[in-house]
Amino acid sequence: MNAIIVSTLLGVIMMFCSWGIKSQQVQKNIALIGLFILIIANLAQSNGWYVVDFDTKGMLKYNFFGLYANTLLFVLTFIYVWINGEEIAKITSSSADFYSLFFFILCGISILTSFDNLLMLFLGIEILSIPLYILTGADKKNMFSNEAALKYFLMGSFSTGILLLGITFIYGATGSFHLTAPVVSISTGIAQEQILLSTGLILLFAAMNFKVSAAPFHFWTPDVYDGAPTVFTSFMATIAKAAGFIAFINVFNSQHKALGYSWTLLLTFVILSTLLVGNIIAVFQRSVKRMLAYSSIAQAGFMLFALYGKSDINYESTLLYAVVYSIATIGIFAVLVKMKENSFEAFNGLGKAHPLLAFTTTVFLFSLAGIPLTGGFFAKYYMLSALLKAGAGLWLVLVAVVFAAISIYYYFKIIQAMYFTTGEPAINPLPSQYKYQLLTLAILLLVLGVFPNLLLNYLYF
Amino acid sequence: MMLVSFLFIPILAALLLLFIKNNKTAQWVAILFSGLSLLVALLMLITPTADFNIAWLPNLNTRFILHADGLSKILILLTAISFPAILLTTANNEYKNRNVFLSLLLFAQAGLMGVFLAGDALLFYFFWELALIPIYFLCSIWGGEKRIAITFKFFIYTFLGSLFMLAGILFLNAHTSDHSFLINSFIHANLSGGEQVTAFALFFIAFAIKMPIFPLHTWQPDAYEQSPTAVTMVMSAVMVKMGLYGILRWLMPLFPAAFMAHTHVVVLLSVIGILYASFIAIRQDDIKRLIAYSSIAHIGLMNAALFTHTQIAIQGALIQLFSHGINVLGLWMVADIIEQQTGTRSMQQMGGLAKKQPTLAILLVGFALANIALPLTNSFVGEFLMFTGLFQFNPWMAACAGVSVILAAIYTLNLVQKVAYGAISEKINTMQSPNKGAQVVLIILLIIVFATGVYPQPLFSLTADTLQELFVK
Repeated sequence: MNAIIVSTLLGVIMMFCSWGIKSQQVQKNIALIGLFILIIANLAQSNGWYVVDFDTKGMLKYNFFGLYANTLLFVLTFIYVWINGEEIAKITSSSADFYSLFFFILCGISILTSFDNLLMLFLGIEILSIPLYILTGADKKNMFSNEAALKYFLMGSFSTGILLLGITFIYGATGSFHLTAPVVSISTGIAQEQILLSTGLILLFAAMNFKVSAAPFHFWTPDVYDGAPTVFTSFMATIAKAAGFIAFINVFNSQHKALGYSWTLLLTFVILSTLLVGNIIAVFQRSVKRMLAYSSIAQAGFMLFALYGKSDINYESTLLYAVVYSIATIGIFAVLVKMKENSFEAFNGLGKAHPLLAFTTTVFLFSLAGIPLTGGFFAKYYMLSALLKAGAGLWLVLVAVVFAAISIYYYFKIIQAMYFTTGEPAINPLPSQYKYQLLTLAILLLVLGVFPNLLLNYLYF
Repeated sequence: MMLVSFLFIPILAALLLLFIKNNKTAQWVAILFSGLSLLVALLMLITPTADFNIAWLPNLNTRFILHADGLSKILILLTAISFPAILLTTANNEYKNRNVFLSLLLFAQAGLMGVFLAGDALLFYFFWELALIPIYFLCSIWGGEKRIAITFKFFIYTFLGSLFMLAGILFLNAHTSDHSFLINSFIHANLSGGEQVTAFALFFIAFAIKMPIFPLHTWQPDAYEQSPTAVTMVMSAVMVKMGLYGILRWLMPLFPAAFMAHTHVVVLLSVIGILYASFIAIRQDDIKRLIAYSSIAHIGLMNAALFTHTQIAIQGALIQLFSHGINVLGLWMVADIIEQQTGTRSMQQMGGLAKKQPTLAILLVGFALANIALPLTNSFVGEFLMFTGLFQFNPWMAACAGVSVILAAIYTLNLVQKVAYGAISEKINTMQSPNKGAQVVLIILLIIVFATGVYPQPLFSLTADTLQELFVK
């Protein structure tokens, strides 16, 4: 509740900042202070202090998981702004506009972590998506950016339509927007509406898959990620996507029971095609940015494993995966943003020219590939173990493992370019503190790679 | 505490080395710290060792457990001897960014030590990867011309194998009663026959790629050839032992029924591999490739011995783990000295070493004889026991594998003949006598070869408890 209200207020304040304050540095600092306030406000709620408290009539519900997810995503946004502030300033004359969009996105995220009603899900997704459409088209003079924004907007609207249709069907079948309504109606046994309900749930499933770019609903992802300014791609691929997953698991952790066995079938199909499409196409990419777009599809395939099970470990694994993947991806995009071009060749010889930067990039790539000692290993570990505990077959684990090995191929292409190929890296001059900021991210990943419970223990407070 | 120091010393040294830019200082720091490991390892042989056991990740129920029995000790001893020896002999080789090179090498040492000590499956997996990653960088940065593609093949191969093992670990973890990763819980995991075979296969693939066993060996000769020699030595003397260690420590106790069901298949594959590698070794002209194929043959024999599941063969293999490491280390070192000084690995361009550098030629002959497993050398003891066990298991297999002894004599003596005898070739004529450090190391290794060949009893008593564990229980 606090987070929703405070983030909206901060968004409005940020919007007006662009009139009064001309210095981009000051705008960035205000945004950071705002994010800090937001984090405090959210933590305050976990301790029972409310800015405003009123009864939402079951539209929203607050549990520790949702609030903790909020905190983590806000902290990630803080880190993101802290590292990328200068780069955002390069796109526009007033970055406060974008910061205000970020706050609106965070408002959407706060709804997505706490909704208990399908209408709130719809609202949350729209509040999250519309600023993203704008961010995609932020580079106004670049045709690719415009194309990407239009594509994203059209496809996004279409999928929202499907989402609404699904919600309508579910309402028609159960007479309620409440999250547990489908399961309740099944247990009371109103058989003739089963078809309507299943259709509704499948449409809902499809729309959610679109939001997290799972195959076969992924077609927008590479073009949008490629066309959008790299800083904003970074935000879209990490924080916005993580929120999408948390919403996904909130909806389907109980609803899937209404679909019975066909749920497993559907989910397996989506996961397998996502892993296949993401990993195989990523292998053939020539541009690092497009490769990362496909890699984010592949990673989505892994994250979907969390939907398999029914236990609490799903929440653990989703959070850990989302955070670790976000840190690594923010890091790798922060390096990419400084590159003059997006090709793999641009990284040639980076290991010699900027050893610390190359080291941090290596840690990010290791984490994405899931190599031990980085957080990525435990993220993948938790997913696979959740899968086995949910009673899925070992064959699915083996398929996942084979795809993880394939992912090594495209992630290591960058490492090979950095360390084993000689050349001048095509990199822009770096601000002095930049590599230390990235080093912080790398150290975070390494710490999570040995002690993932530092993050997860808070779930049990 | 002693067991932790095997991890602690190399990691500390590796971190320290990153900040030492001076080549000479870096070399000495590395030698000093690896020497310290060796001292601790020798100390371990005479004093009792306490397990190191602390909680690591409570919500996963995994613990940081280091445990050393005879099997661990003999491999730790081998690792601890190898690293200072390698560092001393390659001290004069040219490596750019030497401090990083040495640092990565010592990280690999920590990983290897961890593999041989871990008593918890997840920890074992961690160290298994930790040993691999530095090697990947070492080979790719400092290797030969085709290094990038070949090392990548090696990396993907072994990484896929270890991911299968991870799946196996997860699978077993789900079937233990206390959901832990302890080796004892794994032994008592509740598996049906089919499940045991599945888990066995998952672990076995990882170990088989690492050793490697025919037909999964294709990465090895290329990787050995293209790696810088110091790394090749680590790989062939110590790293391949990870696979054999895995079989003894994990595969055999965890899946007894599945293990017994597959003995014939695996022994057959090993025997094919032994003959195949031996025949290829005969045709080699490149001295590094010859040793690489010879190594595949020897490892194949050890694997076959393990899968006979006879006490005598496994006793032989336990000793051979150590002996093979020492022999192959000696061979690589002589080969490296020749390559560094003459700039060639082709045996056709060599000849007359015995006249030009008699000491080096004597050392070469000594290690060559050990490679053929001549009586009085250390491998005779191990190979004799292994062949005896193999004969008890299946005389036909023993006969086929026995041919490899003759083949080993052919290619090894061929090597000696071409390198040491004949007229002094142009290349050999340029050779200087090797540096003092290398000479001392080679002489010590040769002494170990003959000492353990004549009196192997200390090695038997060292590994007695492992054997007891495997066969009495």
